[in-house]
Amino acid sequence: MSPELLQKKEKIRKRLEPRIKELKFSLSRIKKSPLSMVGLCIILFFAIIALLAPVIAPPKYPYDPYRIPRYGYSATPKPPSWEHPFGTTEGQYDIFYGVIWGTRTAFRIGFMVVGSIMVIGIILGSLSGYYGGIIDEVIMRIVDTFMSIPTLILAMALVTALGHSLDKVMIALIIVGWPSYARLIRGDILSVREETYIEAARATGVSDFGIIFKHILPNAIYPLLIMASLDIGAMVLTAAALSFLGLGAPIGYADWGQMISFARNWIIGPPGKPLAYWYTVTIPGIFILLFVLGWNLLGDAFRDILDPKLRRK
Amino acid sequence: MKMTNYIIRRLLLIIPVLIGVSIIIFIILSLFSPEQRAAVFVTDVKQLRNIQSVIKKHGLDAPIYVQYFRWIVEVLHGNLGWSKTAERPVLDAFFYFLPNTIELGLFSAPLIILIGIYLGEASAVYRDKPIDHLSRIFAIVGWSLPSFWLGLMLLMIFYGYFSGLLPPEALGVQASLVVKSGNFVRFTKINTIDALLNRRWWIFLDALRHLILPVITLTIIDCAMVMRIMRSSMLEAMGKGYIITARAKGADERTVIKKHARRNAMIPVVTVSGYLFAMLMSGVVITETIFDRKGLGWWWARAAIQLDIPAVLGAVLFNGILFVLTNLIVDLLYAYFDPRVRLG
Repeated sequence: MSPELLQKKEKIRKRLEPRIKELKFSLSRIKKSPLSMVGLCIILFFAIIALLAPVIAPPKYPYDPYRIPRYGYSATPKPPSWEHPFGTTEGQYDIFYGVIWGTRTAFRIGFMVVGSIMVIGIILGSLSGYYGGIIDEVIMRIVDTFMSIPTLILAMALVTALGHSLDKVMIALIIVGWPSYARLIRGDILSVREETYIEAARATGVSDFGIIFKHILPNAIYPLLIMASLDIGAMVLTAAALSFLGLGAPIGYADWGQMISFARNWIIGPPGKPLAYWYTVTIPGIFILLFVLGWNLLGDAFRDILDPKLRRK
Repeated sequence: MKMTNYIIRRLLLIIPVLIGVSIIIFIILSLFSPEQRAAVFVTDVKQLRNIQSVIKKHGLDAPIYVQYFRWIVEVLHGNLGWSKTAERPVLDAFFYFLPNTIELGLFSAPLIILIGIYLGEASAVYRDKPIDHLSRIFAIVGWSLPSFWLGLMLLMIFYGYFSGLLPPEALGVQASLVVKSGNFVRFTKINTIDALLNRRWWIFLDALRHLILPVITLTIIDCAMVMRIMRSSMLEAMGKGYIITARAKGADERTVIKKHARRNAMIPVVTVSGYLFAMLMSGVVITETIFDRKGLGWWWARAAIQLDIPAVLGAVLFNGILFVLTNLIVDLLYAYFDPRVRLG
């Protein structure tokens, strides 16, 4: 290896060293907090299910694996059996297949929506906080407006306009979700904008872009991660609610919310056996609950571990 | 004098948000075709038979900004269009469905606030004791529960298993017949209150029976937020100087918590009550749909499925105004009680 390359490597190592040290510290804290470990285990469990979905529940239609296979057309759900471990729901859709592939849907909704709103929120929040003035005023009034309408109701209105499908649900959630991130980033930028180290960076000729991405955002990343973790749960929950109302995934698509809406007519069993169809509603619901719980536990633990004010206590 | 200034400043802040809400609604509206949009301008179902004339009359093919101002004028005159799911104009439908939703809110909001504050306080006072762990687990599970699933599970157990003990809908068949009959005076259109005013105790009990499950569902889902905020603000308050002073002066622990810590800790809870209302309205859409209570949320959910555009946009408008008003009231009360706010 040439000396220049070695030198360069050394330089990068030096620059990253404090960050790696902090990361190791955070990881050691995560290991010590039982709740965050529970959360992490739940998420890992779902990640494994999502990755191994084709092995656990081999698709009947390889070209369209998200379509839940049907075993007959009778409306009445059938209880769990060897062939259908979780039974079949209304219209003979296999519940086991639905919840396994639904895990992938949930991860996709969570990551796509929260990833997009983080990017949009960071961009608009940085513009707003860093430049101030009229840009700030306009962006913040838009944020206020969006935050004055309940998430579910605005999402419902948007899905009504855009059309009923899972992609449209994700777009609606992105439109609804970004303002809180923009506000968070703006606040962080405002609080450090006048600090000496930012001025020093500006004086040495670092570009605005460089200041925002190298000096401001790394310091604001933890609250952002906490919010993102909690939001993955919240967004999956809202998407499930929309699917449940019949505004989300098309019928027969592997989606937890929709699995529960299938079960709506089968809450109460025939006379004498009131809980006869318990599996149709209970099983998909437990999947949603655990998935959201995992992200919430992780986010909650992050809050105690990563918050710079609390972390060294 | 300072207070008047503050009120004026605060009122002026409402305007951009309301304009913003109207723009959002109009942008959503302009995603539809003129034929679909026509329903927003119609006041009578007969007009819908001749859509082309409606389009012409309201200039639905005119440039977008012209349409926006025309629409605003209609809204300011109280014309929000015709709701096909409610089969009446949106504004009428709104007042038709409102009482059932108010009833639900009237019973669940106090529960949410009281239980949330109580648990949050207990959790902070007995930090890291069993009650703290229990209420934190309750909060985080409540936060993660899909409200529609919780509602269905409660219905499965209490309606299915206990043979119709706590039924869905707002009233039983017999009770609703009496309520609709001539010799039952509808003072407020809220079932429980009207039953009390008419001295029909069995109707009151029937309405109450129908309320229990929706109220439980809403309370479990929403009181997690109040609890979480109360806990952290209570923890903060307990560490403040005035608490130490109070203790040093020999006040007993109950007085310290009740008179000094709790009062200050409740301020952040009051500040988020606007968001609490917003959450309650989201929750109402789900609970009313599940329990088949014909209120605002039930109507909006149906409207969204059946592409009833005027009703859905009316919902957005209503919630925007509700949020702005609750925040205004909270801020004004806040400024009234805490001089630092209006002087700052």
